[in-house]
Amino acid sequence: MEAAAGVDARLPIRSDLDLVWVRQHVRQAAARLGFGLVEQTKLVTAASELARNTLVYGGGGQLTTTRVAHGRAQGLRLAFSDRGPGIADLEQALRDGYTSGDGLGMGLGGARRLVHQFAIDSTPGVGTTVTVTSWAGRPPRPGHPREEW
Amino acid sequence: MPEHEAEARQGSPAREVGVFLRRRREQIAQRWADEPLFRAVFTVSRDEAVEAGRTVADALAEVATAERVVDPEAAGFTLVREQLARMAASRARAGLGTAQVSREVDALRPPVVDLLVADLADAPAGRLRECESALTVLLGTLRLVVLETALSEGEALIDRQRLQLLEVATPVIKLWDGIVAVPLIGTLDSARSQVVMETLLEAVVDQQARYAILDITGVPTVDSLVAQHLMKTVAAARLMGAECVVSGIRPAIAQTIVHLGLDLGTVVTRASLADALAHALHRLGADIVHASSGGAGSR
Ligand SMILES: Nc1ncnc2c1ncn2[C@@H]1O[C@H](COP(=O)(O)OP(=O)(O)OP(=O)(O)O)[C@@H](O)[C@H]1O
Ligand SMILES: [Mg+2]
Repeated sequence: MEAAAGVDARLPIRSDLDLVWVRQHVRQAAARLGFGLVEQTKLVTAASELARNTLVYGGGGQLTTTRVAHGRAQGLRLAFSDRGPGIADLEQALRDGYTSGDGLGMGLGGARRLVHQFAIDSTPGVGTTVTVTSWAGRPPRPGHPREEW
Repeated sequence: MPEHEAEARQGSPAREVGVFLRRRREQIAQRWADEPLFRAVFTVSRDEAVEAGRTVADALAEVATAERVVDPEAAGFTLVREQLARMAASRARAGLGTAQVSREVDALRPPVVDLLVADLADAPAGRLRECESALTVLLGTLRLVVLETALSEGEALIDRQRLQLLEVATPVIKLWDGIVAVPLIGTLDSARSQVVMETLLEAVVDQQARYAILDITGVPTVDSLVAQHLMKTVAAARLMGAECVVSGIRPAIAQTIVHLGLDLGTVVTRASLADALAHALHRLGADIVHASSGGAGSR
């Protein structure tokens, strides 16, 4: 079974500048866990997308990072949460090119493709939490690299 | 005994401490000047340390006289807040942690208590105890004020560094007649990409550039927003009659862009700055050719 090794850090996401720290933190945490350069870059980029959504659409929130282990595999789980308006239509939000603002509409769908596991928990009027996990090297269950929980 | 001191004796312990601090101002300042907090900050001249000690003693006297020994917001402290901030910042720069600074402020208490005990030698024991505890509380509040200013100094420093991060200069380099390059370094969030776009467009006009190379070797993350900014810059440059070439896309970034699903199809990209320059030169009809084969190519 997958074991969470405890929460490592909570980072505020309240300004453009907090996004800089989020990226730096994720990059360093991933490097420490032995992520290769490509996997690091993918996870940092996904984090950048999700943190910006938290800021822009969620009105700010926080990132919680957790190290996870599955057998010998080491992973990093990132949970971006806000108490914003929530997402009424998840399918629409995930569709490439859909934006309610003036973005490219590639953030959510792109982030999902960049990580090993991806989940959205969103309740309109309550808030949104997007949780992603990536693994150093091969994900624990080969053949289902993009499985959702 | 002067009249105000007689009054003080009947007044509250805090007021009496206030009177004591005024009376002993000089001795207190002299003793503090030898304590690490003052000595280490005012290294050049002891007189400065003594002068600083006097101001702090005056501030404490005012706070005590106003009977606000427990109140870090007391008006008296505002007079010395800036000075305390500078002292705390100086100690922090010397590598001291908050706990060490706190201990150094604590060390200011014993010399003052000694003086108070000597002064009140013939006062009733209960009175001495009350005054001593008022003084102790007052110096505890001073410590709080110092630590507060130290913390807000730290925050101000962090804010300044954050701003600097945004303001990293964006140099425009003229590589050739009609070719300019902008090496981008650091984060490309909205504020900075606005600066980049403006700088680049200005250079295109000033240098009458036909080609503008945006080198992103130094950009650690290319996400959808950065890509959008790049595309907008390219489109704006095109309107000004210049073609943009984006260079320096590292392999990990290239793979990430593909997974992200970004379509940079409208943007000319080259792996390296040198490739981008060669491309621009070629389009300007200034191919780099071997010297013996007859100089620049034809248009
Ligand atoms: N945390 C959130 N809270 C509320 N709505 C959100 C949140 N995250 C995303 N959305 C909604 O989902 C849409 C799609 O998000 P996505 O990140 O894919 O695109 P975008 O942010 O609009 O543009 P891009 O990320 O490409 O710059 C957003 O426009 C927004 O309506
Ligand atoms: Mg987005």
